Amino acid sequence: MTDTSALSVRNVTRKFGGLVAVDNLSFDIKEREVLGLIGPNGSGKTTMLNLISGELKPGSGRVQVFGRDLSGRPAHRVARYGVARTFQLVRMLPSMTVMENVAAGGVFGYRRYWGAKLKRRARYLIEHVGLGGKEQMPVVALTYIDQKRVELARALISDPKLLLLDEWLAGLNPPEMKIGINLVSGLRYEGRTILIVEHYMDAIRSLCDRCVVMNSGAKIAEGSPDDVLNDPEVVRAYLGDDDA
Amino acid sequence: MTRRELYGLLAAIFLFAVAALLPVFDTGYGLSLGVTIAMYTVLSTSWTLFSGPTHYISLATAAFFGLGMYVVGGGLDIMPFPLLVIIAALVGAVLAGLVGLATLRLSGVYFVIFTLGLAELIRQLMTWGQTTLGTSSGLYVLTDVDEKMIYWQLLILAAFVYLMGWWINRSRLGFALRIIGNSEVVAAHSGINTALTKIFLFMVSGSIAALTGAILAPRWTYIEPTMAFSPMLSFLVVITALIGGAHRLWGPVLGVVPFVLVWDLITAKFPNQTALMLGVAFLLIVYAIPHGFVGLGEKYWAKYKEWRVSP
Repeated sequence: MTDTSALSVRNVTRKFGGLVAVDNLSFDIKEREVLGLIGPNGSGKTTMLNLISGELKPGSGRVQVFGRDLSGRPAHRVARYGVARTFQLVRMLPSMTVMENVAAGGVFGYRRYWGAKLKRRARYLIEHVGLGGKEQMPVVALTYIDQKRVELARALISDPKLLLLDEWLAGLNPPEMKIGINLVSGLRYEGRTILIVEHYMDAIRSLCDRCVVMNSGAKIAEGSPDDVLNDPEVVRAYLGDDDA
Repeated sequence: MTRRELYGLLAAIFLFAVAALLPVFDTGYGLSLGVTIAMYTVLSTSWTLFSGPTHYISLATAAFFGLGMYVVGGGLDIMPFPLLVIIAALVGAVLAGLVGLATLRLSGVYFVIFTLGLAELIRQLMTWGQTTLGTSSGLYVLTDVDEKMIYWQLLILAAFVYLMGWWINRSRLGFALRIIGNSEVVAAHSGINTALTKIFLFMVSGSIAALTGAILAPRWTYIEPTMAFSPMLSFLVVITALIGGAHRLWGPVLGVVPFVLVWDLITAKFPNQTALMLGVAFLLIVYAIPHGFVGLGEKYWAKYKEWRVSP
């Protein structure tokens, strides 16, 4: 195969005890594509993300990033190979400033900076996500959306080949949501390859090129956002039999 | 180098020079206290190198310290003292590496308990080994190394520890440790090999504790497991580091100096209540000065600056 996918997930299964969280799942992301991974609560989306980022190891199956097999590699290896992520529940480095939080992503990852270059790049990204002027603030003093911005900047600073956003828009109020969507669509126009796990359908419609829908760990639909959201099986998964 | 760093360096050199002159003025009680202070300064500061940023509380100091002592005690018949000191450092590093591989996946209280258990395990093994293989429960350490030499050796080691700490703090390694201390998940997903980083620092810290034990062995002339692997030592190292402030390189020494002086008084006046006093000291630190003297100072300094700006 000449055009290798940015991400290729092949027959990945992961069980927790008797529960099959991810069931024989396969999908691909092309370079510069924004893929939405959606599905009802508990359908295994975050588990799938954790299997890609190295937080969890797949029981079987393969995860390849730009042709490199990363299945079962530890998280720091995956990060160094160019996969960055944000977390469903925002994860800050609470004793550090905004500057240090963002810089933390750019020292040991895919592209590495140090000293003046690191500071310059961190400052640029802080500005870029809309936190200009707050560089020296302790990160615990920030509002929720600002903490999410810090996390995004921390993921972007190493210029990752693949960006994983785990419900990055969750917990934001409507005006914040608008800002958030603008930020992510900005990344899309920069040509980044992004995997988005999201619940908010408007965001999915405006951000994603394609969607994969999961239910009970398995893929039940794949295609353009409008197509999958009108698919009877997807509607059934979200709303039950009566509405399908 | 910034101006502030230059002043810090000059102050440190001056303080070391003053400290190095101690044996010229007093070779009795004063020097003996000086050795104890130097010993705890080295142990607490090297403990802080690992436990300060990562918040992994290790109670294994006595294990490494005792091991270093025993390397010297056991090897004096066949090898010269300086060589034994180097071997002790290596043995300490190897033990710390093995312990690290086995335990650094543990976190919080499990790690604390394991390290305490480790010191106890080694003590029991030593006692068992000596009574079954040898004839007595202890070892004689007879050298011509006097207390003055021990003191200067400890000062050199302390200078080395400070230099290393200073280098680590401004390096990527120090930044990685701080990130790990804040969140291991974020650290791993930022590309940091958390296990390797922690094991490396634990080895540095363990190696220095073993070195300290080796240097101090001649002072005791007779060593036995209960003294060499005393859990009290591990606790005192943690306490002095916390009193001073474990989040700064120069924090522990600020805790060590007053603590050793007070502790010396307490053990002289109330020899039977030392454990009780230690417990009280622990409680006082946790409740009154959770970030140590350094944290206290920084808090009031921040308030003072605020006060100067606001009125």
